[in-house]
Parts: sequence; C-alpha cells; structure tokens
Amino acid sequence: MNRKTIIFTFLIPLAIILFVLDLLSGDSTLSAGQVWNVFTGNVTDETTRNIVLSIRLVRVVVAILIGVALSISGLQMQTVFRNPLADPYLLGVSSGSGLGVAFFILGAPLFGLAHSGFWQSVGIVGAGWGGAVMVLLLIAIISRYVKNILGVLIMGVMIGYIAGAIIQILQYLSSAEQLKMFFLWSMGSLGHVTTTKLFIMIPVICMGIILAIYCIKVLNLLLLGENYAQTMGLNIRRARTLIFISTTLLTGTVTAFCGPVGFLGLAVPHVARMLFNDADHRTLLPGSILLGIMAMLLCDIIAKTLVLPVNCITALLGIPVIIWVVYKNLRPA
Amino acid sequence: MIQLEALTLGYGQQILLDQASANLDKGGLIALLGRNGSGKSSLLRAIAGLGTIRSGRILLAGRDLAELQPEKRARIVSFVTTEKVRIPNLKCRDVVALGRAPYTNWVGHLQPQDREIIDKSLALLDMASYAERTMDQMSDGECQRIMIARALAQDTPIILLDEPTSFLDLPNRYELGVLLQKLAHEQNKCILFSTHELDIALTLCDYIALIDRPHLHYQPTQQMINSGHIECLFRNETITFDPKELRIRVQRKAP
Repeated sequence: MNRKTIIFTFLIPLAIILFVLDLLSGDSTLSAGQVWNVFTGNVTDETTRNIVLSIRLVRVVVAILIGVALSISGLQMQTVFRNPLADPYLLGVSSGSGLGVAFFILGAPLFGLAHSGFWQSVGIVGAGWGGAVMVLLLIAIISRYVKNILGVLIMGVMIGYIAGAIIQILQYLSSAEQLKMFFLWSMGSLGHVTTTKLFIMIPVICMGIILAIYCIKVLNLLLLGENYAQTMGLNIRRARTLIFISTTLLTGTVTAFCGPVGFLGLAVPHVARMLFNDADHRTLLPGSILLGIMAMLLCDIIAKTLVLPVNCITALLGIPVIIWVVYKNLRPA
Repeated sequence: MIQLEALTLGYGQQILLDQASANLDKGGLIALLGRNGSGKSSLLRAIAGLGTIRSGRILLAGRDLAELQPEKRARIVSFVTTEKVRIPNLKCRDVVALGRAPYTNWVGHLQPQDREIIDKSLALLDMASYAERTMDQMSDGECQRIMIARALAQDTPIILLDEPTSFLDLPNRYELGVLLQKLAHEQNKCILFSTHELDIALTLCDYIALIDRPHLHYQPTQQMINSGHIECLFRNETITFDPKELRIRVQRKAP
C-alpha cells in the first residue's frame, strides 16, 4: 500500500467520527441513542426529530459544504497564483460579497423590504452572491487582458480594497441595528441556513466541484507557471476562466450563505501538501476536500461547544498553520 | 522545420526584427546569438507561440503557427525557458511526466508507453537516479537537466531553449552543450537555443542564427565564421573576434 492509500484509509474513519460528534453536539442535550433513533426511523417525539433533522443535520451538511468549497478554492488560488499565501478571498470575493450585503442591509428599508423576514434572508444571500459574482466577473475580464498573473492578483486585491472602502462608507451611514446585522453576517454563521437554502447551496457547490475536478490537469500544468503550461498545450485564457468560475461558484456561494469564513481555504491545502508529500492535484484535490471537511467539522464542534462565531475558531486553528508555512518557506535550508 | 517569413518582432516602440526570413529546415543543433536586448528571447517566445508577432508568419513543420491550436502546437515545439522552477513536493519524475500532457487524457493519466518515454528521457539526461528527488534540493544544473528531460518527454521535433547555460558553471556549460549536440544528432531533433557562449556555439553547433538588429542571419557554422557577421557583434576597438582561431581578443593598452 502506498502512502496515499494509507492516509486516506486513516482519514475517512476520522472524518466520520467528526461527523457524528458534530451531530451530537449542540445547545440541547440529546443522547446518541436519540439521534440514532431519528435516523433509523424509530418513533421519537416530533421536537427531537426537528432538532436532529432540520437543525443539527442541516448545520453539519453546511459545515461539510463550507469545508469542501473553501479548501478547493484555496488550492486553486494557490496553484493559479503560484503563491502559498493565496486564498479564496484573495481576489476580493469576500469584500465583494460584503459590499452586496451592505448595500442590501442599508438599501432594503428604502424598498420597504425590511419587515419581511423571508425577503430579508433571501436578499442577504442574493446580494452577497451578486457581489461576489460581480467582483470575480470583473477579475475574469481583467485576466483576459492582463497577461501577467501577478497583475491579476494586484487588481484583485485592489478591487477588494475599493469594496472595503465603500463598505465602510455604508457602515458609517447605517443605523446601529443595521450595523449589528451586517456584523453578524460578517462573523460567519452556519446556523442561518435552512433546509430550503440548503437545496440551493448543494447543486451550485456541486457544479463548482465538478468544474474543479475537470480542471485537475490544468492545475497540474500550472504548477510550472503559465509560460510552461502554455508550451505544453494549455489554453491559458480558457483555463483561467474555468478556474475563476469554479471559485466563484464555491466561495461566492458559501460566503453569501454563511458569511466569510477565513483562513480555512488558506490553511487546508498546505496540510494536504505536507501530509501527502505530493503536489499532484489528482491527490491534492481529494485530499484537500477530505481535510477541509474534517477541519470545518472540528471548527463547528468547537464553535458550538464554546458558543462562539465559527470565524474566530477557523482563524485560531488556521493561523498557526499559516505561520508554520511561512516559517518553513523562509528558514534557511 | 522552422520557417520564418518576413517576420517582424517588436517591443514597445522598438523594432527587434524587421522582415526577417529564414528557413531552419535541416534540424541539428542551432545556436541563436545576439547581444543583450537584441530579441533572442522574443524570437524564441514567438516561435513557441508565447509572444506576439507584428507582421509576417512562422511555419512549424509546414503549418502556420497562428492557426495551430495550443494542444497541436505542444506536439511540435517544446520550450525550456529561463524561469527557475522549484516546486516543493513535486518529484522530478512528475515534472518530466508533465511533458506528456499533450498526449494524456483529461485527467493526465499516464499509459505504459508514457512511462517508458519518461524513463528514457530521464536516462538520456543522466538524471534517472534523481527521479524520486524534488527540485528544491537540487543544483541549478540538475534542475536545468530535469526541465530539458521534460521537453524531451514532450516528444516534439523542435526543442527551444532560452539561455540554457546562463546559470551554470563552466564545466556544466560545456557538458550541456555536448549533451544538446548528442540529442540533436542521435534523437533527430531540431534544437534551437539562445546563448552568449560563442565558444560553445562555434565548436558544437551545426548552424548559427545571429541577430544583428534588426536583421537575422542564418548560416552553417563555418560559413557564419567566414561571413564577418560575428565581428559585427563587437563594434569596439579593443575587443575583436579572430575568425581563424575562433577567439575573442582583448587589446591591452600600452602601459
């Protein structure tokens, strides 16, 4: 058995354990037996059923989707920009998303939508997604004309700053209540996703995953840089466009529904590289997906146990990994 | 193999090559000479399909470069650039295996014959023992050889190299020159490389292409030596080229 197979056989049961632990943790104490009964269909009371299926299970599935989406995006961005510190939010996705949400939260009362809870939640997600898509579309267009990938990176960061500045202006003009709403969104939350929203999230993220799988060979070629990739037969414009669409579908959707969840997408691909000791995306992509799921489940368990926003937990767990990467890259050989 | 038809290359306001035509049809080892900024890299990039052409056209194996799809082009011409590639966690064998990209399926699955070609390429470059190592722990010369093995694995009739000797020490430069000559003759390739090593170019190469902005001269090596074009590279009183001894002479000032 090679290293890859051993690691996967070791990780998969671990992921399942985390999945179960995440299902078992939450505000109300439910025994493992009660949760088990709900899944096996044995008669339990309606409240328990509701808690397990439409609160706990949805949240766990959301955690898995976030883990998968951000890890794939992080891997893609790090390879495309050949930069170990690239992450899904590098191209200004979260700022774009934040801008959309900020516009909505400030603008919604003007359209008389503020009192309808339904419209508010749909609006926040829609505006967040729209903002993310707008920014990435802009980047995709720029990347067709800017030859140097570093130029694209700088443009992305600048667009992010502009969006950030406009968000600040909007915040300055907002009421305290609106500010609180925006801050809640920006701290990242898995709890707001309902079953209905989940059925929008799942197919969009699946499309992003399929596109990412389709881009595996492209990503491998890009390891040697765009020049080499082109001389080995890569159509660079098409490659960039496909990867940016994939990142938009994955990160844009997650950010719109759950707010920005930082550092996960940056850290997970590095753990995958270290663990598998490989740079081949045929290994790194499934590896990052699995590790991303585990990392996000772990963060969610901690967040639920300590009753904290999940964003703090991903930062506290992700940043040490990033420090380690920087240390490893900079220390003398 | 490579035909240039009234090719004009430029960089900003500057014209590097003006209506240059040449027919590099015989193959073998060809050195591309010229001073810094004369357009050697631009010409190589243009032939590799990376640069833009002001006017004229380039034919590779009889086909117009501008009309070739990237995948088709990658089966005709491979390129070793000046970029230093050092990817941690990527084994040398995997780097060479990337050269098979134009022939593999959508996910890059290697067939037995692909593996055979990869092993053969590594062996030809004397790098078989490095297959499991990673490039971040190897010297410049060794990395250069891996990148050339990758170009060989791409199995193209034309291989371009941009200043392959520039980061190497003196013995390594000559070894690489001899190796390129061997590949050109034994593997029947057309290998075009830019260099500032006049010595290697004149002793090992079958043909010389020389850029004397904005003209391109292309001749068999001996003819090029006799033509006087090489002297034109040194438009200087104190440095001259001696075509009989193939040496550069520096005139010392009298004390």
